Amino acid sequence: MGMNRREFLKRTATIAGTAVLGSSAHTSADQGPVPESDRYAVLVDTTVCIGCRKCEWACNEWNKNPNQPVKAFEDKTVFNAIRRTHAQTFTVVNRFINPKDSKPIYVKKQCMHCEEPGCKAACFVDAFKKTEKGAVIYNAGVCVGCRYCMVACPFDIPAYEYYEPLNPRITKCTFCFDRTGKEGGVPACVKICPTETLRFGKRKDLINLAHERIRNNPDKYTDHVYGEHEVGGTSWLYLSAIPFDLIGFKTDIGQKPIPERSKGFLFITKVFEVVAAWPLVFAAFHAISKIRKKQSSQDANSTKEGKHEQKT
Amino acid sequence: MNRKPDSTSWVQNKILLGMTFPEYIKSNFTISNAIAALILIVSIPVMIYRFIYGLGPSTNLSDTNPWGIWIGIDVLCGIALAAGGLVIGTAYHLFGMKQYRHFVKPAILTSLLGYLFSVFGLLFDLGRYYRLPYPMVVSFGFSSIMFLIAWHFALYIMILFTEWSPALFEWLNLKKFRDFFHKLAIWATVFGVVIAGGHQSALGALFLVAPGKLHPLWYSELLPLYFLLSAIIAGLTMVIFESSLTHKAFKRQLEHLNPAEFDRLTLGLAKAASAALFTYFFLKLFGLAHSNNWKYLFTPYGYWFLFEILGLVFLPAFLFAYSVRYKKITMARWTAFIVVIGIVLNRINTSVIAFNWNAPERYYPHWMEVVITVGIITMEVIAFRWIVNRMAILYDHPDYDPSH
Repeated sequence: MGMNRREFLKRTATIAGTAVLGSSAHTSADQGPVPESDRYAVLVDTTVCIGCRKCEWACNEWNKNPNQPVKAFEDKTVFNAIRRTHAQTFTVVNRFINPKDSKPIYVKKQCMHCEEPGCKAACFVDAFKKTEKGAVIYNAGVCVGCRYCMVACPFDIPAYEYYEPLNPRITKCTFCFDRTGKEGGVPACVKICPTETLRFGKRKDLINLAHERIRNNPDKYTDHVYGEHEVGGTSWLYLSAIPFDLIGFKTDIGQKPIPERSKGFLFITKVFEVVAAWPLVFAAFHAISKIRKKQSSQDANSTKEGKHEQKT
Repeated sequence: MNRKPDSTSWVQNKILLGMTFPEYIKSNFTISNAIAALILIVSIPVMIYRFIYGLGPSTNLSDTNPWGIWIGIDVLCGIALAAGGLVIGTAYHLFGMKQYRHFVKPAILTSLLGYLFSVFGLLFDLGRYYRLPYPMVVSFGFSSIMFLIAWHFALYIMILFTEWSPALFEWLNLKKFRDFFHKLAIWATVFGVVIAGGHQSALGALFLVAPGKLHPLWYSELLPLYFLLSAIIAGLTMVIFESSLTHKAFKRQLEHLNPAEFDRLTLGLAKAASAALFTYFFLKLFGLAHSNNWKYLFTPYGYWFLFEILGLVFLPAFLFAYSVRYKKITMARWTAFIVVIGIVLNRINTSVIAFNWNAPERYYPHWMEVVITVGIITMEVIAFRWIVNRMAILYDHPDYDPSH
């Protein structure tokens, strides 16, 4: 190639600089959490739920998932196994038995709509979004199908269309963002709930309400609003009569938002890549100049180096 | 190879190893080729089946267990075991350990193929494999560790290609290209160190977001450091393990090598691996103490963990040290094999066995997942052999100056 050494070094340095700085700059940007004042939430009072599963029916109906007549949801045998969300099931109600009085406790499960979602931080094509109203929604238009969001979700919510061969999507509860966007709109499950187990409102107000209920009925509730602080807080909040680990909730996930767990690493890597690059460049330069010196001395007395290079 | 007026054609010379087509076909009737052919006959249709019918019918993956052996083996093990190019390249170019020159080219080729086939394996796992370039061109998830990995893979494959390409251009007799890329090698190594360090640790960092799912004995805030250090160990031991294999398989090409010198250099690598293994072992102990996880040690998972770090880390660290001290070359080679197994087990533990350890539903690979993984590894071995048989990987090309 017809360029001299200086030109070559200059070019490589430019290319290399762009590569390192560019690649690390990608990891830096991160939008902060959405202002909290306007966010909505749902408070689930598990002490009131009767396990009618009408919310499941309404959810399927609104989200155009395969559905059965509402009568079929009265079937209690489904409670024999603990169920989870799946590709065409965005919400399920599970039954647990209260060890104190052997009465059933019904617990609705769906996406918790984290304040700082793990799925969003995990996604390498930024397919998830936390809307201003609180919903965590997914954009199938950019999804590559790596399923890292499913690994990152502390609640095991996102499901996958495994039987969709070419255009599989992640599916999960949308917090009915297409209903709540309108004036007075509430999620389909909240709307149909006959017992006021589910209550839709401003997150701040619902947290106050939940604590008020616990204060007023200390014998009825365990003193814990699940979702107030778990993994940095969620848009779905739960009240329970007994400790939450007895009704299928993970209590070992901590209060640290999931994205915080990877943020530190990304920062350190960025710093390392920017800072470590330069000493290495100088080391390389040093190595090259040493080789050149050696070569020039070698030209003078051609010996030693390259002992095994002779062709056989 | 500059026999221009020769009667043999380019294809015959370059592709058929100087034989005529029937001769070449005949020369390929060997037992190892028969086994490889059998594997490919089974695995290629399964690969096509996966691309047409999707993940559901071809895997045991589920909503609870979204990742299986395609991530655990093809990607995590594949990349860790492909760290040889990084380790030897750094030792040779940056630390000036010129005596390792003959290890560089095979290690770089192994790494390049390791990365390419890891990405190939990843295609099977991705639901929409045809969108592979999306994180580069369509939508950017800046806060994602996977995003960092995607970019680093792409950059590092280019770096490895740059490092390997002189051999390709020597084969094609393109002197100008060869000399240009030959000069770039040292710079490629510099940026390779930065980029490879970043993504080897990032593969461990992938699991930082799953604290409740990965067993506490494997989950640690030090995961990125564990993955980085074990990748360096993997690089060292893969070079020992693989060079001992290639020296058997490609004896004919290695007449220029002095076996005593080769053994001495192998023990040098074993020494470095021993030090790295002891460091890794003590870091693991430190992590165990720091998280106060002693209570898990005497459970079934605890015994499995102890097997991993005592049997496949501490023991080989000691065996390496012993074989260096008493110049036991065979022992060093077997120890390298044990360590490679250990690294593979560590990656499978992290991603499959200790992952979702308390979930109601466990994952076992579907036979098609196994067949595809075996098929990919077979293709990689075939590609390696094809290139080594044709290009100057194990020796210096007689027409070119090898010095940097």
